[in-house]
Amino acid sequence: MDFDWSVIGQALPALLQGAKLTVLIALAGLAGGVLVGLLFGLMRAYGNRFVALLAAVYVEFVRGTPIVVQVMFIYFALPVLMGIRVDPMTAAVVSIIVNAGAYISEIVRGAFQSVPKGLSEAGLAMGLARWRVLAFVVGPVAFRRMIPPLGNQFIVSLKDTSLFIVIGVGELTRQGQEIMAANFRAVEIWSAVAVIYLAMIGVLTLMLHGIERRMRIL
Amino acid sequence: MNTPEVGPRPSQAPRGPDRPAAPDRPETMVEFAAVSKRFGATVVLDRVDLRIHAGEVVVLIGPSGSGKSTLLRCINALEPISGGELHVDGLSVRGSQAQLRAIRQEAGMVFQQFNLFPQMTALQNVAFGPRQVRGTPKAEAEEQARALLAKVGLADRAGHYPSELSGGQQQRVAIARALAVRPKLMLFDEPTSALDPELRQEVLRVMQALAEEGMTMVVVTHEMAFARKVGTRLIFMEGGRIAVDGPPVALLDDPPNQRLRDFLQHVD
Repeated sequence: MDFDWSVIGQALPALLQGAKLTVLIALAGLAGGVLVGLLFGLMRAYGNRFVALLAAVYVEFVRGTPIVVQVMFIYFALPVLMGIRVDPMTAAVVSIIVNAGAYISEIVRGAFQSVPKGLSEAGLAMGLARWRVLAFVVGPVAFRRMIPPLGNQFIVSLKDTSLFIVIGVGELTRQGQEIMAANFRAVEIWSAVAVIYLAMIGVLTLMLHGIERRMRIL
Repeated sequence: MNTPEVGPRPSQAPRGPDRPAAPDRPETMVEFAAVSKRFGATVVLDRVDLRIHAGEVVVLIGPSGSGKSTLLRCINALEPISGGELHVDGLSVRGSQAQLRAIRQEAGMVFQQFNLFPQMTALQNVAFGPRQVRGTPKAEAEEQARALLAKVGLADRAGHYPSELSGGQQQRVAIARALAVRPKLMLFDEPTSALDPELRQEVLRVMQALAEEGMTMVVVTHEMAFARKVGTRLIFMEGGRIAVDGPPVALLDDPPNQRLRDFLQHVD
């Protein structure tokens, strides 16, 4: 067969439109996921038994179910249970928040707990309040340790947006699928889709490298 | 605080203008009354009574597991006590969180493993406490920090990160960091045990200078020469109790107790 570049030229505007949506969902979802992860990670690391258990249950539910099931649940089951309408875009962002939040909470917990206990003791021994010790002594050290695994999670979540094809969000994979269904040029379309994902993740990787270079991992 | 000059030891610790006038008798700095500490079923401190006065340099020795580090860590409430009463400068370690913070500001601590904050330079480490605890403005805190680093002989290392300093230098920064909060009392938990022998002296010299200024100190150590030269009081702990308590030179020259005699032989 011959590779028809003109197919890609025609498809590109729609694919880039999809890529824009992919980036948007990933950005919003990960911003929320980091906040959720921070909250639940700290709950599990420093909370009392009840709070820690709550966080552990959340993590186990998310890790114990496939993300497609989570998406389906949020988009189809939750509206029935709660009697609300959820548009696909909201469901997509919420799915990433919930899913990435659980994994990030483990990253946060691991990073905070890996900081030697002596550092928080040194902070406490000066008469600092516990929250100050976490924010100014342990936090900065933990943050540096989180960067590599967070980078991993960002990449995974960005690619997970392709699953929203199942709820009809017009992100990159969905756009590719729709164009393919119309012109049957599988090789060209899926090659283009793959290259666009690669490019997005390449940029993300470069950004993460930049952050790591600026910051010594302690 | 002006960094006090190194000089002959006054009978009373120097006090800033904000401190009450020194009474005739040295004030009680730390008071243990039947203090017990248990970890689960293990009794680490067994109804300890102990009174430490301002200006004393108390050297705590004893076999590992005898409770000396725990005793030290109870003073600044890093370990909560299980029974009895413990007051530091009149404040109870069973008090509110705010009271615990007040106690910890009175009692600076130096750790075996230094525990410097790795993301901060030496100067930032020393300036951190005053800025966080006392809300000292940055410029003022850094000026004080420079003076303290000079005092421990590290004026030229202000911009170095802990990973760029030797163990002895790190420990001296840690002493400066503890002093920056202006404690009335300094607790040393085996400050030289993690150091190579040739680096210990630089830390011990700084501690001696501090003692000579009249700082009240409680030191857990195996450095018998330091105990003899700098200590005003030696406490030998065994099985969670104070077994021997007295003047260092007399106790070291003529141990009144076979256990202490055995212990000293193992240390030297």
